[in-house]
Amino acid sequence: MHFDAFDRYHEKESFLHRLDPRVKALVTVTFIVSNALLPDGAWLAFGFAWIFLIAANLLSQLGIGYTFKRSLVALPFALIAITVLFSIPGQPLFTFQLFNSHLVITDAGLLRFLSILVRSWLSVQMAILLVAVTRFPDLIHALEHLKVPAILTTIIAFLYRYLFVLTDEVFRLIRARESRSAASAGNRAGGGIFWRAKVAGNMAGQLFLRSYERSDRIYNAMLSRGYSGHLYTLNPHEMKSRDYYVTALAIVVIFIVQILGRF
Amino acid sequence: MPVTHVKSSFQIPDCEGDVLTVKDLHFSYPDGHAALHGISLKLCNGDKVALVGPNGAGKSTLMLHLNGILGGHGEVEVSGQRLTRENLPAIRAMVGLVFQNPDDQLFSPTVFEDVAFGPLHMGLPEADVRARVDAALEAVRMSAYRDRLSHHLSVGEKKRIAIATVLSMNPSLLILDEPSAGLDPRARRTLINLLRELPITMLVSTHDMKLVQELFPRTIVMDEGLVVADGLTREILEDENLLTAHGLEKP
Repeated sequence: MHFDAFDRYHEKESFLHRLDPRVKALVTVTFIVSNALLPDGAWLAFGFAWIFLIAANLLSQLGIGYTFKRSLVALPFALIAITVLFSIPGQPLFTFQLFNSHLVITDAGLLRFLSILVRSWLSVQMAILLVAVTRFPDLIHALEHLKVPAILTTIIAFLYRYLFVLTDEVFRLIRARESRSAASAGNRAGGGIFWRAKVAGNMAGQLFLRSYERSDRIYNAMLSRGYSGHLYTLNPHEMKSRDYYVTALAIVVIFIVQILGRF
Repeated sequence: MPVTHVKSSFQIPDCEGDVLTVKDLHFSYPDGHAALHGISLKLCNGDKVALVGPNGAGKSTLMLHLNGILGGHGEVEVSGQRLTRENLPAIRAMVGLVFQNPDDQLFSPTVFEDVAFGPLHMGLPEADVRARVDAALEAVRMSAYRDRLSHHLSVGEKKRIAIATVLSMNPSLLILDEPSAGLDPRARRTLINLLRELPITMLVSTHDMKLVQELFPRTIVMDEGLVVADGLTREILEDENLLTAHGLEKP
């Protein structure tokens, strides 16, 4: 069984697909950092950042709304920031009673909350676009070239490789449980909640043990082929002049967005 | 359950042990379970040897000793070099170990990176690494899969790539742990043809007695951490007492 639900790469021959992965990784990270640095309520700058994003969407040939649709999944996470609505001093806009606490929404709080929402929404979309137009192994290479510590890139590479194997493992465990989750006539099926929790706990334990033993076998397989603590890779990517131009252009645009955000 | 070891006197093919010599190898796991009780065997250049025996006989444990993943008491010599801590890297380049589960063997994101892993660790220059990867993939007829992602392959494809990952190191001894387990008939047939063509000394652990009969002139039978028979496959497969005593079946 293959479980490909995590593979977000879309095979296409667009301008963005052909760019060097280093450029894409670098520009994405710069874009995200730039969003984080923009002051609250810099709507004009947010607007330009959004146009930048739309342009990237168009260049990817995935369609103008490609990242927008997928970004909605990540929005609930931004709701963690909901507390800033009440915690920043400013003009009260709205007050209400929740249990026995008196909550006040301030204008400064609302401004910060909306800004955080927009920042995360823009950033998430760029990240979504990055993995849609870059093969995962290329992305890992890009991070290696950008001098991300080898231990981190190795962990990411293993995570990517074994995520699929682990998901398969989970589904096998669940299927094994399902196929024995029978009911007999006249009896209430399913067992008590504690018993079921115990079964789920055992399954999680099983998964851990299996993964742990698998990691042992993988390590043996690596040792057998000469692994001694260092990972080596070949460099399959080459920066072309086009890649340098795109990087320079993107950095300039992001810089302008930063300036716009400060006036 | 005690196993009665049938005394057998098979004609071991004439062999000096120029590729592999194992002398009186003992090993116990950290939990005290003794897995090997004095294994001795010799492999010669060009030998294709089957290693059979019931589960828990110590086959996999023995294989893990042959390139120094596990270290028991006794001697292991590969191509005349005694296995010690110092020459482990050299031994590992000579002994290609293919694990039973290809998902354990293929740990890189792409096929190319996995096959290049061994040569890269041997410190070869880039051009050599690429040439070896191409040659290894060609040998297992998987050249078209060079840039594929490992987790998208079928079990049979993964098995063949797993073999390529050690072929790229140009080993003088190929060790395979149950290569035909879990394969459908067509994938199994492809694998058999591949193993037959490969001009490398091989030690293959398996439960697939038909495979043994078809491919390996020599068979070693293990049980309870001992070599109980070592000889010509056709003679061993004729000895029904031996086979039943060790939980094996005539194909």
